[in-house]
Amino acid sequence: MLRDAAVAALAAGLLGLPLIGFRLLDQSGGEGLTTRWPELAAAVALVFTGRLALLLIDGGAVRVALLIMVAFAASAFFVPWPAQFLKVVAVGGAAIIAIRAGLILAGPRPVALAGGAIRPIGRFLPWLLVLFALILPVLPFADRGVVDVGILILTYILLGWGLNIVTGLAGLLDLGYVAFLAIGAYTTAILGTQYGLSFWMCLPFSALSASAAGILLGFPVLRLRGDYFAIVTLGFGEIIRIVANNWRSLTNGSQGINNLPRPTFFGLADFTGSPAPGHKAFSTLFGIPYSPIHRVIFLYYVVLALALAVNIFTLRIRRLPIGRAWEALREDEIAAQALGIDRRRIKLAAFAIGAAWGGIAGAVFDARQGFITPESFGFLESAVITAIVVLGGLGSQLGIVLAALVLIGLPELFRGLNDYRMLAFGAAMIAIMLFRPRGLIATRRPTAILK
Amino acid sequence: MTALLVIEELTMRFGGLVAIDAVSFDVQPAAITALIGPNGAGKTTLFNCITGFYRPTAGSIRLAGDGDRTIELARLPGHRIARLGVARTFQNIRLFAKMTVLENLLVAQHAELMRASAFSIAGLLGLPSYRRAEANAINKGRYWLDRIGLLDRANDPADTLPYGQQRRLEIVRAICTNPTLLCLDEPAAGLNPRESADLAALIRAISTEQGLAVLLIEHDMSVVMEISDHIVVLDYGRKIAEGSPTTIRQNKAVIAAYLGEPEDAVA
Amino acid sequence: MAYFIQQLINGLTLGAIYGLIAIGYTMVYGIIGMINFAHGEIYMIGAFVALIAVLAFTSAGIASIPLLLIVVIVAAMVVAGLYGWAIERLIYRPLRGAPRLAPLISAIGLSIFLQQYVQLTQGGRVKTLPPLMPGGFTLMRGDDGFAVGISNFQIVVFVLTVVLMAGLTLIINRTELGRAQRAAASDPVMAALCGIDVDRTISVTFVIGAALAAVAGVMVVLYYGVIDFFIGFLAGLKAFTAAVLGGVGSLPGALLGGLVLGLVESFWSAYADAAYKDVAAYAILVLVLIFRPSGLLGRPEIEKV
Repeated sequence: MLRDAAVAALAAGLLGLPLIGFRLLDQSGGEGLTTRWPELAAAVALVFTGRLALLLIDGGAVRVALLIMVAFAASAFFVPWPAQFLKVVAVGGAAIIAIRAGLILAGPRPVALAGGAIRPIGRFLPWLLVLFALILPVLPFADRGVVDVGILILTYILLGWGLNIVTGLAGLLDLGYVAFLAIGAYTTAILGTQYGLSFWMCLPFSALSASAAGILLGFPVLRLRGDYFAIVTLGFGEIIRIVANNWRSLTNGSQGINNLPRPTFFGLADFTGSPAPGHKAFSTLFGIPYSPIHRVIFLYYVVLALALAVNIFTLRIRRLPIGRAWEALREDEIAAQALGIDRRRIKLAAFAIGAAWGGIAGAVFDARQGFITPESFGFLESAVITAIVVLGGLGSQLGIVLAALVLIGLPELFRGLNDYRMLAFGAAMIAIMLFRPRGLIATRRPTAILK
Repeated sequence: MTALLVIEELTMRFGGLVAIDAVSFDVQPAAITALIGPNGAGKTTLFNCITGFYRPTAGSIRLAGDGDRTIELARLPGHRIARLGVARTFQNIRLFAKMTVLENLLVAQHAELMRASAFSIAGLLGLPSYRRAEANAINKGRYWLDRIGLLDRANDPADTLPYGQQRRLEIVRAICTNPTLLCLDEPAAGLNPRESADLAALIRAISTEQGLAVLLIEHDMSVVMEISDHIVVLDYGRKIAEGSPTTIRQNKAVIAAYLGEPEDAVA
Repeated sequence: MAYFIQQLINGLTLGAIYGLIAIGYTMVYGIIGMINFAHGEIYMIGAFVALIAVLAFTSAGIASIPLLLIVVIVAAMVVAGLYGWAIERLIYRPLRGAPRLAPLISAIGLSIFLQQYVQLTQGGRVKTLPPLMPGGFTLMRGDDGFAVGISNFQIVVFVLTVVLMAGLTLIINRTELGRAQRAAASDPVMAALCGIDVDRTISVTFVIGAALAAVAGVMVVLYYGVIDFFIGFLAGLKAFTAAVLGGVGSLPGALLGGLVLGLVESFWSAYADAAYKDVAAYAILVLVLIFRPSGLLGRPEIEKV
């Protein structure tokens, strides 16, 4: 056991030797090098203790492992670490292993009870979430920042629900979904700034242009096999970004487009303190004092309404023949074809609809930010959206909400730990897949019931 | 009686390998035609050509259409062939595993329901015309599930069924497409003798009452001999014999193909 | 003409780097059928290890350039191989048999994680290294006075690539390990029944792929002399394109695909718009997948029914 742990520690030491043990110094006239032996030693010690505890648990000495971990977590809290991050890992990791040991000691989980408890929650949770989303802006703690994060999360939920049609239902792994977000965002931005169309006029155009792009791309590539399809869509996403970066006459290149039209109150009033001549201010329309938060709250509800509309649409279309055909294609393309389903056409429909929602999300993206640059539409965004769909549980609308809350909401809470945010994000993606390979919500609701 | 399906000089080559070599035979309507032969004789490849998964290298496959018209299947994509009334099952069962038993049967009625939903518009709006169509589709599913004794499993995911029931479900799923020709690829594989006998009776009954032509690949000779009207024997991609069960049973070439050449078999 | 030949040489150098990374994709895809999305990051780590090793060994007193080159390559291969081993062992192995998307999403997560890890430990700024092996030969001079040159290090790149490819081909075709690999690739269950340690074989595949990617990393540091924590993403994508182009599963195909891609990029940058060179690369990927999905040297795959 000790030997096993020592091997793990040795491996960790070798892995960390160049990258943790040394630090490149960016000096003028070339790179310098300094050492960080204490950090490396601490990392190796962490791996050794952690591995030992896990081995003890596997070997049945759960109590010993629990004791060691509790003691380790407590002492790690007071011992000076060479880096704050290592301390967090030490205390957190020890706590997690201790909890695991504790759970094992508490005996096997009553499975029936857990299953029974989840079902009623599963039924009420969606309504609770909708209710919470509806009243969020009027809650006492909801300042401008909170509502803004709410808009962000809702935008990702909107994107997740849009992609869910493509990836969750039709089973097409699209790693370039951000392309449709970009096309929608640029459509609204260009129409708004160059042709003076309002946000509400631009919205359908964004959906249409993204959808058209989806059909154009989908036509040749939809017959590709799963992984190849994923890579081609990834490439498409990158192409759109590169084009946006270089087609300066249209997109203003890497400078991006500023001063995008903000949504008005359905064309009736603006959200400014001093509206342009001939326009009404939202505050005067309702006879309330002007506050900049009105615009944010209004946008929040716009996104919420759009998201709920997409949700209702998806829930309905899932129960229609086309929705069933999507799921059938996901399960077995060959069998679906043998039943008379035209794979290309049905997939193309999924792709076009998913792209349209992406385009709408793009318009919303503009409205929230007020400016866009090509850098907002990198591969990382696609990865995040895909991760939300897969981590939520393919096809599950509720799962997407939960995954978006975890992946987008939690990092926003920890803005202070900015440097470690994306590290934790990557680790979370791995961890969820390792522990729940089918996603957070793996149950599927039938589309028709025989009574 | 004119044939439902006429296969003429059908050849399928994969690179240098000739999987089917100029095979011709007819399939009669409302009758059961069995396709037998040792492993690797090209039976499943022939199925794949008929149902559009492979494009044959040469030859023709003609399906009788309305009146005197015939439709050449050899160049059509698979889903078009399915819509013309050729349904099939697979050697390794291909159900939609995570979808329920009933949903599997609804997917089979895709073309009809799609028309009723006016390409989803009527469906999205929840118009009564579509709701009626869906209720009919569910009733049809109910009828067939009742026939194969799976009514109580209708709302369970298909992959939770035991093997024998999955086989039966796959067959009725194919029937739900309203075919005129049903191609069954080893429907009795992996079943015990009793299940096989039940299945044979079911296939016979469905063929008779629906006036459905069945093309059957099967290794279980008791099933083949009992229910077939006509038997075609393939070996190494060639047709070596054809006839009624009694004539096939006595055919020397068939016995040799199955048992090996006499000198090997005798020892 | 002279300019053309110069682009040819530059393109082949770039192509050799892509090709070495592509081999890892092709081998892993061949054996477990997954796109190891984090493979590009291994290359990036290889490049960082190489840079650090150059500085560390130089300050430790190794002055001979060939010796330095050898120890740096060995160090990068060992560390990257270890990373490849650890990744397979800790993340991909538990996910074998999981739904198809699970390993792919973990791989994307891992890719983000490794980028951030390197950014945190080594900083986000671009790292530079002055050329270790300056100098070269002038091969010819064009009519317009344009001199076609090949640098000493470009020669090293070509020689190294040929040697590694030859070695790898030998391993795959002649050794027990290669046989086990081919067996596990075509049917893992049957291979296990025949007494092949499939787990170990897969581990070794990851190690070899990672080690070769590390060599590509060494080349990038020493040839271009500019790296940052983000180089793995684009290089990984290009290398995957190269693997597909050559035919996934085919080792010579991976190298050929890399060379073709390197040439396309080089010529595109020289004769068309450099800003769109990546678009050209992706366009090739799409066209190949549509018109010849089995790649240049791959075997066509028949859809099994």
